[in-house]
Amino acid sequence: MSAPLLWIFLPLVLAGILLLLNNPKVVFLSACLFTLFLTLAAWLLPIDTTLTVGGWTFKLTPSIEILGRKLTLTSSDRSFLALIYGSIFFWFIPAISLKITWPLIPLGLAITSLLVATLAVEPFLYAALIIEIAVLLSIPLLMSQRQKPMKGIIRFLIFQTLAVPFILISGWLLAGIGANPGDLALVTQAAIFLGLGFAFLLAIFPFYSWIPMLSEEAHPYLAGFLLWILPTATIFFGLDFLDRYTWLRDISILPAALTTVGILMILSGGILSAFQNHLGRILGCAVIVETGFSLLALSLGGRISLNIFLLLLVPRTLCLCIWSLTLAILRESAPGLNLRDVEKLGRTRPFAASGLILANLALAGMPLLAGFPPRLAIWEGMASSSIPLAFCVVIGSLGLFVSAVRTLAALTSAPEGTAWGARETHVQRLLVLVGLLGLFLLGLFPQWALPLWTKLPAIFTHLSQ
Amino acid sequence: MIGVLNWVTLLMTILTASGLLFSRDWRWSLGLLAVQYLCVFWMVQAHWPVSMASAKLVTGWMACAVLGIAQLNARGGKETSRTWQQGRLFSILAAGMILAAMFALSLRGVEWISLSLPVVWGGLVLIGLGLLHLAFTSDSFYVVIGLLTLLSGFEVLYAAIESSILVTALLSVVNLGLALTCAYILNIAQEKFL
Repeated sequence: MSAPLLWIFLPLVLAGILLLLNNPKVVFLSACLFTLFLTLAAWLLPIDTTLTVGGWTFKLTPSIEILGRKLTLTSSDRSFLALIYGSIFFWFIPAISLKITWPLIPLGLAITSLLVATLAVEPFLYAALIIEIAVLLSIPLLMSQRQKPMKGIIRFLIFQTLAVPFILISGWLLAGIGANPGDLALVTQAAIFLGLGFAFLLAIFPFYSWIPMLSEEAHPYLAGFLLWILPTATIFFGLDFLDRYTWLRDISILPAALTTVGILMILSGGILSAFQNHLGRILGCAVIVETGFSLLALSLGGRISLNIFLLLLVPRTLCLCIWSLTLAILRESAPGLNLRDVEKLGRTRPFAASGLILANLALAGMPLLAGFPPRLAIWEGMASSSIPLAFCVVIGSLGLFVSAVRTLAALTSAPEGTAWGARETHVQRLLVLVGLLGLFLLGLFPQWALPLWTKLPAIFTHLSQ
Repeated sequence: MIGVLNWVTLLMTILTASGLLFSRDWRWSLGLLAVQYLCVFWMVQAHWPVSMASAKLVTGWMACAVLGIAQLNARGGKETSRTWQQGRLFSILAAGMILAAMFALSLRGVEWISLSLPVVWGGLVLIGLGLLHLAFTSDSFYVVIGLLTLLSGFEVLYAAIESSILVTALLSVVNLGLALTCAYILNIAQEKFL
């Protein structure tokens, strides 16, 4: 058996089968067990090593050939596979209580397996096309609530599709640079195409207008899932570029460009979030800020930048999962997610309201919560190079903090005498409580993510040195 | 003879891509898109084997068929409203500017990717007018037509530098995926309406 068959094609086939099933419990259980199995397999099974269990010998080969090209997953990719399928397992768990088993589970599994394929495909530039296919699959996911097509979703489709030509052309130019590394004009052209491609793909300033629109229009949990998985996979794809091409790592303006774009995203996302009146849009702004922090972490330079970036991953996953889960719970009992729609819900849905506020505060970098340790490292790194820029980062975080305070004010504003009472289901309460526990534990003991932190950089041979 | 046919194809490409900008009737739009794919096939077969180039044609026509069926199901043949039609003169001017700009760009493109001028200009015209199409409309059907036009132009140019079967297959999946996505969006909107 080959590793790509196990971690790419089997999930894809299962996703196809699950699409045909009507029973949500069967879909939920089979998907959760399967993703848990894939996570454990990634954690425990070595690739390209013969294993003997009882009298049975087997070996996971690293490659599979398809249409003349290869999909390869090596042992160094195992930690990434464990991270991605482990996270998917946690994302799938609330699906049944939110009654979104279809479309989240089959389409989410298919999107995940395609995004894993982006890491495995050789030449890796073809990953841009695979990401586009994942984007196309995400449209039914976002529009599953039987709604009219809205501007955010259409704009999301346009911007993601526009990225494909830029990335593919830049790949051709990169091959030319390999043959003629001294050609500065070619390097500049490749850098421009690559930059534009990633600007569209990663929704980098100023191409991020679709994010708040999409998070306002779509179901919050489905939007949250997509806004977590797509940027994460895209940043890994971008890091793969940096890892492979020495000339790209050596471009003198790259750290400055990453810093500028990162600061712009943090500043604009944070300030925008402070003025939003829709809770979904605030989530979208937080995603913009998170992408900014990722870019800023990568701009710090050296191996430490990769480590800080990886340190951001787990808290981000947890925060976005709790944030979108709590929004979905509030949405069940409110006509909409505008601030005036959710007034009083702090009293009738206290678990969801607490989860929402704490997830928001965690992404704003509040001490004791999961988002604080990586942000502290970034603030420290920025302050050592430029105090004004570090101040801009703090202002962006302050914007998210203000949005949390405004949300709290809206949720708790109720006429005198309004009764308190938790009306979430038991499962929803349990999920929120477990998530909040995770937020505090990761904030107090960030070293618990250390095993991941030590193994994950191995994916990037050069960046990790 | 081939050279003359290339110029004829370019002319047809300009006519179809411009026609897509101005067409109000979805049937005309799909007809123009189908002819446009024929032009794409001709431009791609200049540097690819006919069997591989025909994959573009088949994919394109399949996309047209999917879009046509989706329109019939969703709108029952009713016309779509396109707000930009009021600015017809502006659209003509913009399309003219795109054509001129793409001609200027194609003169440099010929040196860059060693292709004949009509093929490079044809590819760039599709990209430019596809982008213009995207700028003018927010209707999902016409947005997808704009994206398909843009990708067709890109495929014409990219075929000269990459002949991998996997890329051809993936691009075909993307084209068909766009058509199917549009069909899904149209049908969801119809279900909501009903």
